[in-house]
Amino acid sequence: MTQVTIRIPTPLRTFTNGASQLTVEAATVRDALQAAGTEHVELLARILDDAGDLRTFVNLFVGSKNISQLDGLDTPVAEGEVLSILPAVAGGDR
Amino acid sequence: MTTQTTLSLTTEAREHLTALAESAYPNEACGALIGRGNDAGPSIHEVASAENLNRERAHDRYELNPVDLLKAEERAASTGAEVLGIWHTHPDHPAIPSETDRLAAWEGWSYIIVSVQKGRCDSIRSWRLVEDAFIEELIQS
Repeated sequence: MTQVTIRIPTPLRTFTNGASQLTVEAATVRDALQAAGTEHVELLARILDDAGDLRTFVNLFVGSKNISQLDGLDTPVAEGEVLSILPAVAGGDR
Repeated sequence: MTTQTTLSLTTEAREHLTALAESAYPNEACGALIGRGNDAGPSIHEVASAENLNRERAHDRYELNPVDLLKAEERAASTGAEVLGIWHTHPDHPAIPSETDRLAAWEGWSYIIVSVQKGRCDSIRSWRLVEDAFIEELIQS
């Protein structure tokens, strides 16, 4: 297990008691999210659906890489790595 | 009852926002709002630009490149600031959120919409999602 930092975007800090980042022990992205979710259940529910898949309007980055271009939730994380949770942003005038 | 918030926008940020919005016309432009928050509402001092990944319908849709959002988050954090919202434009449409905007919105952020009419900035309004509905917030410059 390695120690990684999870960055929390402002809309999700309601579910982390205002914390902008969390530190967890994890070997993969999924592990990191599950570890965060043991204390912050509502946070995890905003990121993963009931089947344990990433929700549509969420992006996850390990360092500067989107996990969709890596191994998804099974992407390994290295010691000291930063996992960023980013709302997927879209819209339009109609 | 929901208390209306006020978004503070520096003159420099407003001018930058206007320039970005007009230069993208007739396409939609988008980006992040960087600043600091307090109980009264967000105080925005920087408007970051982002790539619109929706090229097929760039005139009436936007999809913000998440890499640009990540960069905005990192730049904000390096100065003790935060990404407190998103801005985008409505070319030749009013600065009112659409259903498409609502479906993808997150509670806790401010959503500035810039109406650009015939290439010129017509109005700038800000909205917040509260219980699945957008509520307008005042903008103070």
